[in-house]
Amino acid sequence: MRQLTSILSTATSVAALLGSLMLAPAMATAAEEAKAMTPIEQGNKLAFDNKKGNCLACHQIAKGELAGDIGPPLVGMQARFPDKAKLRAQIWDSTRANINSMMPPFGRNKILTEDEIDKVVEFIYSL
Amino acid sequence: MRKLLSIVTVLGIASALPHAAAASPEQDLKEMRAHFKKQFPNVPFEEYGNGVYALDPGARAQWEAIEDFPPYELGLENGKKLFNTPFKNGKTYASCFPNGGIGIRQNYPMFDTKKGEVVTLESAINACRKSNTEEPLKDGKGDMADISAYMASTSRGMKMHIVVPNDPRARAAYERGKQHFYAKRGQLNLACADCHISSAGKHIRADLLSPMIGHATHFPVYRSVSGALGTLHARYEGCNTQVRAQPFKLQSDEYKALEYFESYMSNGLEVNGPTTRK
Ligand code: HEC
Ligand code: HEC
Repeated sequence: MRQLTSILSTATSVAALLGSLMLAPAMATAAEEAKAMTPIEQGNKLAFDNKKGNCLACHQIAKGELAGDIGPPLVGMQARFPDKAKLRAQIWDSTRANINSMMPPFGRNKILTEDEIDKVVEFIYSL
Repeated sequence: MRKLLSIVTVLGIASALPHAAAASPEQDLKEMRAHFKKQFPNVPFEEYGNGVYALDPGARAQWEAIEDFPPYELGLENGKKLFNTPFKNGKTYASCFPNGGIGIRQNYPMFDTKKGEVVTLESAINACRKSNTEEPLKDGKGDMADISAYMASTSRGMKMHIVVPNDPRARAAYERGKQHFYAKRGQLNLACADCHISSAGKHIRADLLSPMIGHATHFPVYRSVSGALGTLHARYEGCNTQVRAQPFKLQSDEYKALEYFESYMSNGLEVNGPTTRK
C-alpha cells in the first residue's frame, strides 16, 4: 500500500490534508442530503472531508483509506472516553490536555463549527 | 473565502526538541543531529539530504528512476545559458561572485557583516543584477530558480558550510529563523518542527514527512505538480499555506532567516541539488 501511496503527488495529498482555503457555499442539494443522514453519518462525512475535519491525515479510522499515523488509531472510543465531554474537549482544543499537541484545535480556532464538532463527536463515539 | 489566519503561538513552541533559547548554534546542531540519530538509528548521516527517500526504499527506487532522465534538465540548461550570458554592460554573473560563482552554493546563505543581513544565493543573484543595472528576477520559479539550480549543480558533492559569525545581528537572524521553525502557526496551529522533527518518518495522510536536517541541500527542486524548478522559499510558502497561515514574501527577511537556520542545520551534508520531489 505504501508503495502505491508514495506515487501519489505530495501536492495533492498536502492540499487534501490541509484542505483548501475555500469554504464552498452550502448548496441546497448538500443540505437536503445532510438532512437525510443521521448525525453519526454526518459526523463521518465531516471527519473524512479533507476541507473539514480531515482526521484521516493523522488517524486511522474504520473505512478510511490512506490514513496517516501521527495520532493513535481511533478505535474503542467509548472505552477510551467514558466521559463524552472529555472526547469533545479533546477535539475542541487538544492543546489543553497537551500543550504541544499536534492536533489542530478544531473548536478554538474555528476550523469546525460547534454543530459540526457535535456531529464529529457522535461519529467518533460510535467507533 | 475564508480569511487566512496567522496565529503564532509562541508559547506553544514544540518542546522535547532541541531548542533551548540560550543554546549556541553549535549546540543546537549537535543536539539536532543526536536527536535524529536516535530517531533513525539506521539512517546514515550522509543520507539526510535525500529527504523522504532516505527513509522509504520503495519511493527511493522510483525517485532514482526519475533522476535517470531528470525532468529539470531543461531548466538547468536555461540556467547555465543565463548565467553565462553577458548583461547589457558586457559583464556576467561570474563578476559578482567568489570563484566566478562556480562551486560556491555550500556557503549560502551567508551573513554579510558589512550590511548586517543574511544573503541568500537568490538575493545575491539579484544584487548582482542590480549592480549591473538589470531588473531583478522574481523568486519562486522561472529564470531565478534555473540560475540558482545551475549554480547548485556546480557545487554538487561540496559540503554545506554555513557560518554564523560572532556578530549579534547574525545571531539574531539565526534565532529568528529558529523561532519561525518552532512556533505554532496558522489556523491549524502547526509548527514546522511538528511535521519535520516530531513526526518525521510518519505519514500525514499518504505522505511521508522528511526530517529537517538536509532540507537545504538540494534546492531548487523540480516538482511534477508545478512542472518547473522551484526555490526553497517557494516550498516555505507552500508549507505555511498548508497550515492556513499567511505566508511571507519570498526573499523576505523572515524566510531568509528561516533558510539561514535550516541551512545551518544541514551543515556537513553534501550539496545535491537540483533534484526532484513529488
Ligand atoms: C495533524 C494531526 C492530527 C489531526 C489532523 C487530528 N488529530 Fe487527533 N490526535 C493527534 C495526535 C498527535 C493525538 C495524540 C494526543 C495529542 O497529542 O493530543 C491525537 C489524539 C486524538 C484523540 C484522543 C485519542 C486517545 O485515545 O486518547 C482523539 C479522540 C482525536 N485525536 C480525534 C481527532 C478527530 C476527531 C480529528 C478530526 C476532526 C482529529 N483527531 C484530527 C493528531 C491529529
Ligand atoms: C502539516 C505538516 C507540515 C508542516 C507544518 C510543514 N511542512 Fe514542510 N512538508 C510537509 C510535507 C507533507 C512535505 C513533503 C514531504 C517531505 O518532503 O517532507 C514537506 C516538505 C518540505 C520541504 C521539502 C523537503 C525536501 O526534501 O525537499 C521543506 C524544505 C519543508 N517542508 C520545510 C518546512 C518548513 C520550514 C515549515 C514551517 C514553515 C514546514 N515545512 C511546515 C508537511 C509540513
